[in-house]
Amino acid sequence: MSHSRTDAVLVGTLRACALLTGTLVLFIVLFLLVESAPALRQVGVARFVSDTAWRPSGGAERGQFNLLPMIVATTLATAGALVLATPLGIGSAVFAHFYAPRGLGRLFGKIIELLAGIPSVVYGLWGLVVLAPLVARWQPPGTSLLSAILVLTIMITPTIALVAGATFDNLPRSYLQAAAALGLSRWRTVGGVILPAARSGLFTAVLLGSGRAIGETMAVLMVAGNVVQTPHSLFQPVRTLTANIALEMAYAMGDHRAALFVSGLVLMAMIALLVGIAEVLSKGRLYG
Amino acid sequence: MVKEKAVKNQAVQFKTSGKRSVWSQLPDIIATCAAWSAALVVTGVFVWILADVVRHGIGAISWTFLTAAPRNAGREGGIGPIIVSTILILGVCMAVSVPLGVGTAVLLSEYTSAASRFGRFVRRSLDVLAGVPSIVFGLFGNAVFCIYLGLGFSILSGGLTLSCMVLPILIRATEEGFRSVPDDYRMSAAALGMSRTSTLLQLLLPAAVPGVIVGLVLGIGRALAETAALIFTSGYVDRMPGSLADSGRSLSVHIFDLSMNVAGGDRHAYASALVLIMILVATNAVASWTANRWLGKRILTA
Repeated sequence: MSHSRTDAVLVGTLRACALLTGTLVLFIVLFLLVESAPALRQVGVARFVSDTAWRPSGGAERGQFNLLPMIVATTLATAGALVLATPLGIGSAVFAHFYAPRGLGRLFGKIIELLAGIPSVVYGLWGLVVLAPLVARWQPPGTSLLSAILVLTIMITPTIALVAGATFDNLPRSYLQAAAALGLSRWRTVGGVILPAARSGLFTAVLLGSGRAIGETMAVLMVAGNVVQTPHSLFQPVRTLTANIALEMAYAMGDHRAALFVSGLVLMAMIALLVGIAEVLSKGRLYG
Repeated sequence: MVKEKAVKNQAVQFKTSGKRSVWSQLPDIIATCAAWSAALVVTGVFVWILADVVRHGIGAISWTFLTAAPRNAGREGGIGPIIVSTILILGVCMAVSVPLGVGTAVLLSEYTSAASRFGRFVRRSLDVLAGVPSIVFGLFGNAVFCIYLGLGFSILSGGLTLSCMVLPILIRATEEGFRSVPDDYRMSAAALGMSRTSTLLQLLLPAAVPGVIVGLVLGIGRALAETAALIFTSGYVDRMPGSLADSGRSLSVHIFDLSMNVAGGDRHAYASALVLIMILVATNAVASWTANRWLGKRILTA
């Protein structure tokens, strides 16, 4: 009798835990909506893309709330980082699994894991002190879209490599054996058998990488220059959505503060879009 | 079983016959070069960054640096109070997220079938939670813990915000730990008529401890690396915290502040970065050692 009673209490407690963690993400969206409601009501959705500039401190009437340059900056930085990091990341995973001698492959795997674990402020610090001056020597001012792209590339390459590597690990061993039995060369095996078979996992890797790039705050804040503008070249400073929140949250009041929560909502929408794409493409769990 | 293992251990041989013409081998040569150069670039950048941090940071590190209070906005002095704040924030984070996370993981792996609607809902929302940008956690934590619950800029707010962030990692690793417990255990327990509670507490939980430890350590790593979620929740104050209700600056926030807002703070920013990296490498080593030794399985750290 008492058995089933404690069991019921246990399962009830566990269910409560799971319910809380499961609804946490809904809470986050709810709070973002509640906090951004004043801006959405008084400024309106349209003005976040149609205003002439981002000057949010004048209140709902006189302020300007154009988020578009920052959305463009986030998109460009992410896209640029993806262009560089996708071949690098997948190439690294291919190297570690199929090209490297065994010991070297394991060592390289460790390096990738360490790179993935380095905090973003450390990348930012390095970018600020080493990378930006290098870019500045080529084309001032140095803190620019290009620096942001390069730092983001370094940050998401290990993410892509780790997920791609996990996908390679999960491929049936028989594929490799069959390829070897057919006498295929190494590249024919990798390019003709492995990569096509791992396609959905590779997509997931790239999507995870882009999620990390969109959400990255500190490193980008430290190297991108943070001028609100739509960039016309790689060497112009930009401000991303995340950097904008981090920069202005400290002193934002009223509608300004609400507008920052709106940009949080925009970020969430971008991530939701990625998860949706992954869901359709891989029919599986993005982060599992 | 034995046969399969033998096949597995046999290295797959690729054909590298010299009879084919140079032209037909060209794609192979290019691919080999590409793979090696990708690895070289990644390794090069890794060595570059690490050497840079070590070279600039090692000179400033001493026992005094680790224990003294920062002076002159951090340009002089040390990081003693900052290390204490970091540990307190981590403590709050883990005290909240470990019970919640382990509870959820137990429910998902032991008491919910993979196909059930509730299980699917929780898993999916955890997947989304893992992808939420850290600055959004910062906004959420600021609105909920600092203002709505009235905790203000405090170590408590920061720790609670981080605990939301590390839940997905913690739950995934813990679940993995429970999944590595053989089904025989559960069947034997059921055959012996053990209650679900004692099966869990006396049999499954001890067997799944390695998974919990891996999750814990990975969570600590993520929490230590975090900056954006902390600036508006635990704040900037670099004094020694008197209680959990005080504002406290974490190590990562300290690095950010020194490099962005303090002219001439680079030297100590590098030294703090080196300390942070050393702590992270140590935690990572513990995690992978535990995982290899006890779980026999590698858990993705990204």
